[in-house]
Order: sequence, then C-alpha cells, then structure tokens
Amino acid sequence: MARSFALPDLGEGLVEAEIRAVLVREGDIVKEDAPLLEVETDKAQVEIPSPFGGRVEKIHVQPGQTVKVGQVLVTFADGGEGATPVRSAPAAAKPAAAAVEAKAAPRLEGAPVPAAPSTRRLARELGVDLAALHGTGPGGRITDDDVRGAVGKPAPAAAKPSPAPTGPAKPLARVGLEPPPLPSFEQWGRVERQPLSHLRRTIAERMALSAALIPHVTHFDKADITDLNAMVTRSFEAAKGRGITLTLTSFLLKAAALALAEHPQFNASLDAAAGELIVKRYCHLGIAVATDRGLIVPVIRDADKKPVMELARELATLAQRVRDGKAALDDLRGGTFTITNIGALGGTGAIPIINYPEVAILGVARGREEAVVRGGQIVPRLLLPISLTFDHRVADGADGARFAQAIIRRLEAPETLFVEW
Amino acid sequence: MVMGDLVNEVDVAVLGGGPGGYSAAFRCAELGLETVVVDAGKRLGGACLYEGCIPSKALLHVAAVIGEAERAKEFGLDFGEPRITLDPLRKWKAERVVGKLSRGLASVAKSKKVEVIGGRGAFEDSRSIRVGGEEPQVIRFKNAIIATGSLPSRVPGLDLVSDRIMDSTAALEVPEIPERLLVIGGGYIGLELGQVYAALGSRVTVVEMTDGLLPGADRELVQPLLRRCEKMFAAIHLKTKVTGLKEVGGAIEAAVEGQESQAFDRVLIAVGRRAVSDGLGLQTTKVKIGERGLIAVDERCRTADPHIYAVGDVTGDPMLAHRAMRQGKVAAEAIAGRPSAFDNVAIPAVVFTDPEVAWVGLMETEARGAGRQIKVAKFPWAASGRAASIGRSDGLTKLVVDAATGRVLGVGIVGPGAGELIAEASLAVETAVTAEDLALTIHAHPTLSEGLMEAAESLLHQGGAS
Repeated sequence: MARSFALPDLGEGLVEAEIRAVLVREGDIVKEDAPLLEVETDKAQVEIPSPFGGRVEKIHVQPGQTVKVGQVLVTFADGGEGATPVRSAPAAAKPAAAAVEAKAAPRLEGAPVPAAPSTRRLARELGVDLAALHGTGPGGRITDDDVRGAVGKPAPAAAKPSPAPTGPAKPLARVGLEPPPLPSFEQWGRVERQPLSHLRRTIAERMALSAALIPHVTHFDKADITDLNAMVTRSFEAAKGRGITLTLTSFLLKAAALALAEHPQFNASLDAAAGELIVKRYCHLGIAVATDRGLIVPVIRDADKKPVMELARELATLAQRVRDGKAALDDLRGGTFTITNIGALGGTGAIPIINYPEVAILGVARGREEAVVRGGQIVPRLLLPISLTFDHRVADGADGARFAQAIIRRLEAPETLFVEW
Repeated sequence: MVMGDLVNEVDVAVLGGGPGGYSAAFRCAELGLETVVVDAGKRLGGACLYEGCIPSKALLHVAAVIGEAERAKEFGLDFGEPRITLDPLRKWKAERVVGKLSRGLASVAKSKKVEVIGGRGAFEDSRSIRVGGEEPQVIRFKNAIIATGSLPSRVPGLDLVSDRIMDSTAALEVPEIPERLLVIGGGYIGLELGQVYAALGSRVTVVEMTDGLLPGADRELVQPLLRRCEKMFAAIHLKTKVTGLKEVGGAIEAAVEGQESQAFDRVLIAVGRRAVSDGLGLQTTKVKIGERGLIAVDERCRTADPHIYAVGDVTGDPMLAHRAMRQGKVAAEAIAGRPSAFDNVAIPAVVFTDPEVAWVGLMETEARGAGRQIKVAKFPWAASGRAASIGRSDGLTKLVVDAATGRVLGVGIVGPGAGELIAEASLAVETAVTAEDLALTIHAHPTLSEGLMEAAESLLHQGGAS
C-alpha cells in the first residue's frame, strides 16, 4: 500500500503554506526525518522532514505552489512496513464523490468540519483553522463566536483563569466587520491588481482585526537615556569581546519586562467571549523585525528572568533567523507584549497597532539630543520618544501613564536593569 | 498573434456557456469585472438547458402525468388511454420550456453586460484565447474560466453509427416513440429516459453492467424504484453487457451477454458523461489534464495555471449542474480577490424517476466503510398520512447521524417529491445541524417533509434521551 504524506497542521491558525523547494526526487529512497520539502508559511520558512523512510513514488507539489493543511504532498511507495497513511487527504462526504473531490476538501479527520458555510467563510476571512477548533454549539457545531474567539490563539485553550470575583462573566458585544464593496477604479484610469503575499495578507488581516476590535489609546512620553546611552557605549566593546552586540533594544526589553511585572494587566489578553482578562504569569516579549518580506514579530521567552546580556544575545540570533526566513514557528508565537523600535529609520514618534490579542505595544522612535532645563541650566540630554499604545477596554489613561512611567524610570536609572531581576 | 486580428481585451473570458460558465460570468460582472462568454452555440444554458436537466425534466413531467392518470384508475377515475402527439409535445418542450429559459438567460446576460461570443475558443497561451467561427477574434484576458462541461460517453466496441442509436442528447429530441427500446446503462440518465419512453408506450429493456440499478446509490433507496421499473419495463438485465450492435433490416440487433440476440427499434446508450478538455489548446498553458480528461483544480477552482480557473463537469464528479454553478461563483469571487472556496459539504444528488431518489451527504454504506460511528434512522412512508392520501406509501426517508454528536451526516429519500424534500436535508448537512434540531422543528402536517422529522425523532427515543 502506498503511503501519502500531507501537509501537517502548522499550528497558530496557519492553513496553508507555499512550497519553496522540493528537496527529493521521485524514485529517491529517503530516510525517516530526512528533509523532504521547504515551505514558507505566513510566518516562517521551515523544512519539513520525512515522516517515514521509503521510496518517493510521487511528488504532488512544485515550488511556488500554495498548499493547504491536509493536502497530499508526497506519496511513498510501499516500504513493506505496513504503516497507514500519516494523514491522507480524506474522501469528502458527498454523494458519488470522486477522487477529484478529495483534493478539494482538505479536512483532517475524514469528515467535514461542523460549521455553517457562513461560519467557514468567516474563518477564511480571519485566517482561523476550523479543524483545530472545538465548537461550542450543539453536537460540537462551531459558531461564529468560536471563530472570532480563536483569532490569533495558538490552540483551543483548555484552562481558563478563575472568573473575576465580581460576578458571572458575560460575553462582550461583537464587532461586525463587513467592508463595503470597492468602486470600480477602472472608471478613472488603468489599475493593476496585485495579489498579496502570504505574509502581507496575514499582516493585513491581523491589523484590520486589531484596529477594528480594540479601542486603541496612546500615551506619549520621553525617556532621558543619556546615562543609559553612556553605559551602552562604555560596555559596547567589552560585550563585543564576548560576542554580544549590545543594543538599546535589549535594555528596552528588560525595562518592559520589569514594568510588566508591576502592571500585569498589560501582560494579558482580553477574553471578550468570556468577559474575562487572562493575565499571563509568564513574560514572552515580541519584538518587531522588518524583513524584506514584511513585518515579523519573533518572541523572546521569559524576558523577565534573563539578564540584559542574555537578552542581547538572543535578540541578535533571533532577528538573524527571522531575516533569513529560518525562524521556527515556536520563535514566533506565544508573545505577551510587543516592542517596536523604529529608531533606526528616524521619526519623532509613531502609534503602532496592538499585536492582537495582546493588550499593549511599546513604540520607540529615534533618541535625539535636546536642550533640557536642569536646575535652572540648559543642558544637552539624549531623549528617547516613546509611545505606549494599549487596549482601553483593559486599562485606562492613568494606568497607561503609570506603566509608561515604570518603563521610563528604569531606562533613566539603567543600573536598576541589572539589579532588579 | 497575426496582424489584423480583432483583439478583444477583457478581465475575464469564460469558455462555455453552461450553468458553470454563466454563473461564473454573472458573478464576475456583479463584481465589476468586464466579462465575455465564448460558447459554440452563442447561447447560455449549456447541456443542462438544451440537452440535459431541463428537457429531460419536461419529458419526465409528461411521463408523470401519464403515470398519475394510470394510477387514478385505483380511485375510480379513468381518463382512458392517453393519445400522444409528438409535434406539440416537442414544441412545448422546445419553446415553452427550453426557449423561455434560454431567452431569460440571454436577457440576464444583457442586463449584466456580459457579452456572449459565438464560436469555439482555444487557448493560444496563458493570456489569450482564439475564437474561430463566425466571430473570429483573439481575446486577451487577465483571467479565464474553463467551463466546457461534458458530453455523453461512448462505449468502446459499440461504435455503430445509426440514427437508431441515440445518446441522451438525441433521445431528448424524441424523434419517435420506438416500439422496442434498448437502454444501455442503468444509471440515472438511462432510468430517467427509459421511464419517459416507457410512459410514452415503448417496450423498454434495460441492460446494466453492475449488479444493481443506480450504481453507487443506497440499495434501500433503490428498492422502491426497482419495483416500479420492473412494472414499467419489459426487462431489466443486471450484471450484463451488450457486446455488439448490428443494423439488420430496419432494426438494431443487440448481442446481449448470456442471451440470444434481440432486435430493437432504437438503442439509447447512457453510460455516463466525459469531460470536454481536448481541442482547447490547453497544451499552450500550464493547465494540467488528468485521468479521463479532467482538469485538476484546487478549492478556489484554480488550475495549475495562475491565470486560468476551471469549473463544472470538466473538473470531475459529481457532474452536476448545481455543483458547477457553485464552483462558477467561487471562481469569480476568487478572481475578484474574495476569500471564497468550494468547501461545500453537501452536493445533493437527485434522480428524477418515478419514484424520485435523492440523497445528500454521507450515506450508510460509505459511512460504515469509512469506519465512522453512526446511527441510522428510517421512516417508511407507509406511516405517512400525506403519502397515503396521494396513494404513494412506497417511499422511505433515511437519516444518517454521527453517533457521538447526533450531527446529521447524510439523508436519503425515495418517493414522489424526493428531489424537493432533499433541500431541507442539504441545509441540515451543510450547516451541521443535529438530529435533535430536526426533531424539534415543526414540520407542516400532513406533508411528506414530516418524514425527516419523524426519522430524527425515532433516533432521540432510541437514545433514551429527550
């Protein structure tokens, strides 16, 4: 019996990937775990290893092709091992269904997902993988709310935090999102339709979702980083000697991690369906990285528990992996708070959009020397413009100001960044 | 491209004016895309309207009226023997049925500004189609949709050319009422047309290669149809092949496996349909053609060529107009950049015989074969007041649900009106409702639709619940 290998579930709501390279040829004998294909998802370029050893009978895909989770990639000839298909594209449940239909219905469990067509369309719009969801409707039917609730969540969360003490939780009202049809632009001149790349589409969907769902509010301030900058400059060569490129961003990470511990409501996600705030007792910080393919946000785990030097080291390797398209999916998920530093590109400030379903994002522009009055004297100081954008459903202006202050306080007294952890 | 060619630049070129093609074209137009349809007959409707679904249903209606009149004798109502005049029958079918619908489609096309170009189109490359015939031109397109459909299959070895040997297209013209008609193929086309001719007065013999009528359909659903066919037809030979056809003195002599040769006045070959994908110049594009000439598409109806989509019969089974129409809309929306996909769970199948047989979703044998845990409920129409009142207690409603969740996976119905009754079942399967939902929904009494509710209710009691 030939065995087929289908695109496995990539997690994180990813439903498709683009084949970048096929690393084997038909007729090749491959070992288990040998690299088969290189695929690029919305998030990363990953190598897919062979699930079993044997002779490659047929390769069903080619570079450049977009494949869905569950779609058969490679068929192996019988290796005599009697194994069953790892995950074959199942026959669809249709009258007189034929082979052609099987390909058109990449469902994982051999059965269609229990959801109405309108719900399935919503899932496609929001990039939610229905096969990974557990429906809350009768008979496990997936509802629109289930889909909206799953946006951006890595997996159906099992454990919920204990309910708020003030009374039973209630779902919040939903935000309807149905863009009106576009006018026919051709009436005013020539246009060209360019399909969005995977990454662009994902960014577009996430940003639209976040901007539409979250009432954003932004707090501006400036941190005096004259001392911090002096410290970075002083330690730069020493760190370099240990193979570490010391950057301002690693100090920002540390300052944010410490401030988040003081203000845990910013290290959280709002469960609108449950009417609960999910406070995370871990601190994984996302850091926006511009790549030539678009914006990617890798995540540094347990930033609160790591010294600045370690953060600097991790940040450098992670950013490099992302730029090379080699980031693993685990590098890209599970963030609790995001920092975006546009300083390298200049600007005096920006209002970023919250990385849904997080609660807040810290934007940092370029530090500039400014004339500051200190004790009646005008002195040159290096000021770093920061903006803290947060979810007004979760926190109020005063909370935001205090949290921003908690970050600034640490940036202005850099020694705390080495002591506090 | 040759100098002097008339070049027509469009957003979308649709090849084929059948249900898949016109649905795609209309949706494209609604989405603001400049769209043309290339159709050999310069008309919209395709095989469905001119040589399939619609004319066959018109003829089956005639057969049903004859059947009802015959049955009415039981109620003491005798209309006498029917007198059938073919000319008015053909005229009614061609003008009042097909013609009316054809004009309707043409006016929709006009109102949506979809141009229908007459001629056969063939790709010259991934961005252009050359159209021959009376309106020769080259169409430069941004995207194309192949909707060239299917044609009746031929049987290898039975290639005698004769007016007396008909495919479904020829049979629907009703050239005459043959005294003896041989139908090769006991699938839905053979049975529908076999019943039409039997009702009109032909002695019909059906030969089917497999061991049952309507291969692939649930055996319990086929039972009542088989009983009716046994009454209507002169003979039904299962597990039998016709091995040769000869024209002998104004008749066709058929060599039937395991029997003596028999003479027939006409023969209908109805062994399925094949995709039309050759002669389309597809070798000049990246479109991939698979087995049986089928064009492989993904769930957005994209072929392997990024600018070319395909919908309908040319993309494979089930070759049904309603599947093509949905695919057509998906392709149009995909071209317009909408997140549409052909992710449909339920494609209802309807056989418009007497009694009608219809099913949707997963049927019992299929489900058990796939190792699914299911519960099956049946409601025989002998218990239906409505069925009794129309003298048709021979129907059956069969419900397949998931054992764990009670979700409706499939429904099969046999009986008059099954084709209409299946609509509720399609909604149930497509939207993943549970048997409980069906049982708790009020169904009008007395109607045949109660069968689904009754079947669902019996499941609830089975489980000891509610």
